[in-house]
Amino acid sequence: MNHPQPPETSNEPLAPGQRLPESERKEFSPEAIAEIQGIMAKFPDKLAATLPALYIAQREFGFVSLAAMKAVAKAIGIPEGHVFGVATFYTMYQKAPVGKFHFSVCTNISCALRGAAQLLEKVCEKTGVKPGQGPSPDGMWSVEEVECLAGCGVAPCIQVNQDVYDELVDEQKLIEVMEACKRGEYRPWAQ
Amino acid sequence: MAAIRTKRDPHTYTFPGFGTDKFPNLMLRGAGDLDNWHLKVYEQQHEGYVAMKQALKMEPVAVTEEVKASGIRGRGGAGFPAGLKWSFMPKDTPERKLTRYLVCNGDEGEPGTFKDRVILEYNPHQLIEGMIIGGWAMQCAVGYIYIRGEFLWLIEKLEAAIQEAREAGYLGKNILGTGWDYDLLVYRGAGAYICGEETALLNSLEGRRGEPRVKPPFPAAKGAFGQPTTVNNVETLAAVPPIIRMGGAEYAKIGTPKNTGTRIFGVSGHVKRPGIYELPLGTPMNFLVEELAGGSSTGKKIKAIIPGGASAPMFDEKDFDCPLDFDTVKARGSMAGSGGLIVMDEDTCIVQATLRLIKFYAHESCGQCTPCREGCNWMEMILYRIEHGEGRMEDLDLLASLTPRISMRTLCPLGDAACGPMDSALQKFRHEFEHHITHKTCYTTGSKLLSTVGAH
Repeated sequence: MNHPQPPETSNEPLAPGQRLPESERKEFSPEAIAEIQGIMAKFPDKLAATLPALYIAQREFGFVSLAAMKAVAKAIGIPEGHVFGVATFYTMYQKAPVGKFHFSVCTNISCALRGAAQLLEKVCEKTGVKPGQGPSPDGMWSVEEVECLAGCGVAPCIQVNQDVYDELVDEQKLIEVMEACKRGEYRPWAQ
Repeated sequence: MAAIRTKRDPHTYTFPGFGTDKFPNLMLRGAGDLDNWHLKVYEQQHEGYVAMKQALKMEPVAVTEEVKASGIRGRGGAGFPAGLKWSFMPKDTPERKLTRYLVCNGDEGEPGTFKDRVILEYNPHQLIEGMIIGGWAMQCAVGYIYIRGEFLWLIEKLEAAIQEAREAGYLGKNILGTGWDYDLLVYRGAGAYICGEETALLNSLEGRRGEPRVKPPFPAAKGAFGQPTTVNNVETLAAVPPIIRMGGAEYAKIGTPKNTGTRIFGVSGHVKRPGIYELPLGTPMNFLVEELAGGSSTGKKIKAIIPGGASAPMFDEKDFDCPLDFDTVKARGSMAGSGGLIVMDEDTCIVQATLRLIKFYAHESCGQCTPCREGCNWMEMILYRIEHGEGRMEDLDLLASLTPRISMRTLCPLGDAACGPMDSALQKFRHEFEHHITHKTCYTTGSKLLSTVGAH
């Protein structure tokens, strides 16, 4: 086929022989294990703890690495393959390291009608990183293009880490948000 | 206590006449007031938990009958009568005691829809009250509230609100002396649009990949954790307290006979006052877009409106007077869906808009059924080449021949949803696609809708 192909918006596909990035940490802390066991006790089936446990893993390990998935499987007592399947299905589990401030920019239709495509370009320009390419060299920023954040009425809309959205973002507002990040007014990633 | 959002909202949520008999305010009570998530405020100012106390004195079957009498149709998108859905739940027999679950679908992912967010933000107790009433009507053991992962701050708020309700004795063991035990659990999703489909949501709730299940068995027979389950949208459950308070027959007088009650509409895109408006069903779209939302924000004429979230086929000018209720919108060839209106002005390139929508479905397809997984990706690729000036005239026929091969051939409606915008755009704005192919550029002059910074 010699016609243009749409770009990959998620992380770049792995090259042959390339493995997912690995985290330094390999085990859960005892508090995390206790937290996961608390969640397991709430549900009729321990499998239901998979999604919450992966969030805990993301908090502890910084991102959901293969070691994190194995730790989740061990903590709950379920097959590693199941955890891998779940972790790779959902987009909110970061399978590669992200910056201290992770910008999720919605580019779906309602935001796009109000300039989200241009905003994403601005975000990339100001932070110096592109979506799906990992954190900036200083580890501060990473950018992700996401689907609808349910902020359509206040578009364009971005989310920094997992906090409240920043709404009606223009260039000025973006600079303010980034300054606020540097001052430490936003919860850093995985905390 | 968890950190609770303190930011002021740019919306006002109100308009002249709101709160009168013509435009009753049932769902957005206290919207804009950041303290309204406290139980005390809700009880003192908004008749909070009155309906719950009333319902707990009634027979469970009578509560279901009341909801049936109200005629409320599910607000999630399909518009299935909620009371009827409740009555499908199997009852206990002397030989067999069943564990039943009520699940609240708060996985609001439909582009253009942002109504559940307002309820969770300002009125979480109304949802909790609705969940308690629903739980009582169906004699459920546990209520699960599944909320999309991006709403972390709302989950923290909802959990704080649930804790307040527990402390007040509205949740837990032997609620208000009825001998009935019931509790609510909040479950956080992880960013998958498909989990808004009820069986995919149940799979996700069980800690699996969010892939829709084969139906039957329907959730009422075999749902969450293999037990009988009812799944309702946040807005449907939040509408239950007003129904019980007013009485089903009284509620049924709002709106039109087959489409009763009020609904939260979200208007986004090229309008002066985008935001959330609560209106009785059957309100004309013109009134909402022109009068309340202030009409076009760019000064250009409005070209197309998507009436019910991204999955609904587009309307062009001749249908702008359509009354917004489930039946009329359907009769005019679209769907009322989740009540999110997306307004596009004359300068919007429909090819780009369609490509952006299809890109969403191609990304969010769970990959289980071949027609949807492959079809959405091919639609994206074909639209992409048209958009980039490499399209051929026969591509339009190819696109038109793809949609009937996806629609109704998959386990869940995601494939059908992708076909809605595709078909309607091709039918109503074919000249724009043709212009793209022959002139290799947009028919319109508006700014680009697609970002050029992909991971390449």
